[in-house]
Amino acid sequence: MLSEALQLLLSDPFWVAVLRIATPLIIGTLGVLMCERAGVLNLGIEGIMVAGAYTGWLAVYLGAPLWVGVLAAMATGGLFGLLHGVLTVPLALSQHVAGLGITLLATSLSYFAYRVTFPKVTTPPTIQPFQAVAPNAMDGIPVLSVFAASTPLTWLAFALVALVAWVLYRTPVGLAIRMVGENPQAAESQGINVTAVRIGTIVAGSALMGLAGSFLTLSAFNAFFFNMINGRGWICVALVVFASWRPGKALLGAILFAVFDAMQLRLQQVPGNVLPYQLWLMAPYLLSIAALILVARKASYPQALMVPYRKGER
Amino acid sequence: MTEATPALQLSGITKRFGALVANDNISLRLDKGEVLALLGENGAGKSTLVSILFGHYAADAGAITAFGKPLPAADPKSALAAGIGMVHQHFALANNLSVLDNVLIGLEPLWRLRSHAAPVRKQLAEAALRFGLAINPDALVGSLSVGEKQRVEILKALVRGAKVLILDEPTAVLTPLESAALFVTLKQMVRQGLSIIFISHKLDEVLQISDRIAVLRAGKLVAECATADATKPQLALWMVGRTLTPSVHPTRQRGAPLLQLDAACTAGHPKLKSVSLTLHAGEIVAIAGVAGNGQAALADLLCGLVPLESGSVRIDTQPLSSSPSACVNTGIGRIPEDRSHIGVVGDMTVWENAVIEDLTDSRFTRAGFVRREPSQQHATALVQQFDVRTQGVNVPIRGLSGGNIQKLILGRVLSRKPKLIVANQPTWGLDVGAVAAIHERLVAACVPVGDGSTAAGVLLISEDLEEIMALADRIAVMSRGQLSEALPKAEWTLASLGLAMTATTDQEITRAA
Repeated sequence: MLSEALQLLLSDPFWVAVLRIATPLIIGTLGVLMCERAGVLNLGIEGIMVAGAYTGWLAVYLGAPLWVGVLAAMATGGLFGLLHGVLTVPLALSQHVAGLGITLLATSLSYFAYRVTFPKVTTPPTIQPFQAVAPNAMDGIPVLSVFAASTPLTWLAFALVALVAWVLYRTPVGLAIRMVGENPQAAESQGINVTAVRIGTIVAGSALMGLAGSFLTLSAFNAFFFNMINGRGWICVALVVFASWRPGKALLGAILFAVFDAMQLRLQQVPGNVLPYQLWLMAPYLLSIAALILVARKASYPQALMVPYRKGER
Repeated sequence: MTEATPALQLSGITKRFGALVANDNISLRLDKGEVLALLGENGAGKSTLVSILFGHYAADAGAITAFGKPLPAADPKSALAAGIGMVHQHFALANNLSVLDNVLIGLEPLWRLRSHAAPVRKQLAEAALRFGLAINPDALVGSLSVGEKQRVEILKALVRGAKVLILDEPTAVLTPLESAALFVTLKQMVRQGLSIIFISHKLDEVLQISDRIAVLRAGKLVAECATADATKPQLALWMVGRTLTPSVHPTRQRGAPLLQLDAACTAGHPKLKSVSLTLHAGEIVAIAGVAGNGQAALADLLCGLVPLESGSVRIDTQPLSSSPSACVNTGIGRIPEDRSHIGVVGDMTVWENAVIEDLTDSRFTRAGFVRREPSQQHATALVQQFDVRTQGVNVPIRGLSGGNIQKLILGRVLSRKPKLIVANQPTWGLDVGAVAAIHERLVAACVPVGDGSTAAGVLLISEDLEEIMALADRIAVMSRGQLSEALPKAEWTLASLGLAMTATTDQEITRAA
């Protein structure tokens, strides 16, 4: 069994699966990370991913090109982000409650819209999803062959990690975002519009969440199912803590989780398995908790996370 | 000097908040290259005045000119542009960001593909060099000491081209050595032509640093004089409006040993290393030292917040209990250092905070329910007895000033008739009136009252050497977790105390020099 596991770790299909599992987690985690860097928890991610998955898929089903589907998903995410931003920033409502409310709203709306649009289907209608960039073109070359067998959205996920890191650490806007999440009073006293920066960041982050959801319907699968997000949004929220709010570490965490998940999928199928498969299903979550305990206990939170900013108050 | 254009000229500034006149027709002048001290008690209108100056508020009447040009009202940006820089008492810094990031924020347009940090880094280094404010631009602000954070705030103002620097109670958060270092910096700035408004309620430092003093009381400018002509009693009279009677120290009887620490050690950081001390009833023993040398660990140990690692601690010959509630019930009264976060629960009302330590007392609870009526009466009594200025006992306590919160905490402690009072920086940041009131009460607690009660002992932890000299019977110095022998006050001088506090921390000395 050990040799089988080792063989598995070295095979290309395994790593392609890892990247496929990791892609929505990478993008979603970046979305949560951006919101939290600006000081706002966004528990709407689970629902925003559902809505992104649905609208992205619907756009393509109705005849739009795949990339327009991606944009539609991002716009939907941004819209829900705007709602979350208005509720939590100027109205200063509880970020937990607003976020969970958005998850319920976005999920239910998507399911409702799906039922209304396709009242009579028993098998979900399908689309032609994103294909591997260049399957078999790089065979035999490690790493590159894995990427060649992945879809463009996976490539985009990696590019986004670099982009978000650049924006946060190398641009004035990024500094404003981080400052607003650390000490909004200080930002305001330097002429930064805290409300605008926070809402803008939430909209951008939520657009990424929508994009993350659309990967599932436009790339990983070719149809929309109920419950297809299945807790991935919550994993992203945990990954942000694991990543100590750093994009690079978020990438690492998402891939680590995906490795565990891909392994359990494979190990379930190893013949002669005496362990019930539910135990394998639990494995990635248990390992994530263990990793979280090891890595994130000493994480330093953005100091103004979940602290609403009211002008002129201390 | 008077012929030259003043750096700032305020004429007839008036500001009302409802019925309250915060600033009443105030006219002031700040010359180039001078330090003007704005002296006044908390609530005298100092902060309102500088807020108007810096453009946070609009004055109801009056005008300001900066370097001969009129300053538009209520516009922080034009105040900045006119070269007015402000260092707030509560730093406007982000702890998880670097020094450079904290200085850079707001200096460049938001929409740019790349931050241009290099020129700011250079400016920062230049300003640091010019004024002796050495700082590592890449250090995280959270890792800096309070004094260094203040340096970052000053540098922030200087990089923005400040020619007039307003410092709001800058020494309130500093240790004596950090204050000394700040004064050196300020003198250097003034020599180089900057002007400084120094807000304070501490007479000594005002006399030490300023060229001129303006005294505010209840919104009015009551006096203005050159520092050379000022005396401490006169300033105090102007500031408070009445003569403060020097606190009479009733003769105290040293009673039986009350607190005995024998080679007490704690874990954690900073930790206590084999601390021994005996404190008698009716005695005030002061612990002097630079912040962060283990004073907090000692206070936490006695309040049951930190467990004893080795050695022994006895109260009245009984071993010290290991939980905070047990410590309170054995008769330890706690005046914590962080009064507004540890001492009280800000969002709870005054009366709730007043009885929060007495929730097992049948006077205030019955069958697990709080008895409102008696609790509120108790709180009202405390408020009157200890002169806590509040709009009733049903308001959240966070709205009270630090001095009034501290008076309530003191009342709460004393109403339990404690055997031992652990007072950690009891008057830190308070104005003269509140300080006098608190000192008086602490001393009084060490004298037995007529009804057969015993006198309490006070362990006073303080960085304020004058306070220590005024109150203590014996003084011990804490340094790097070790405590010196507690010697009678007469055997110490301010100089020898200062020396003992710093003897082992070489870097502090260099920083002060």
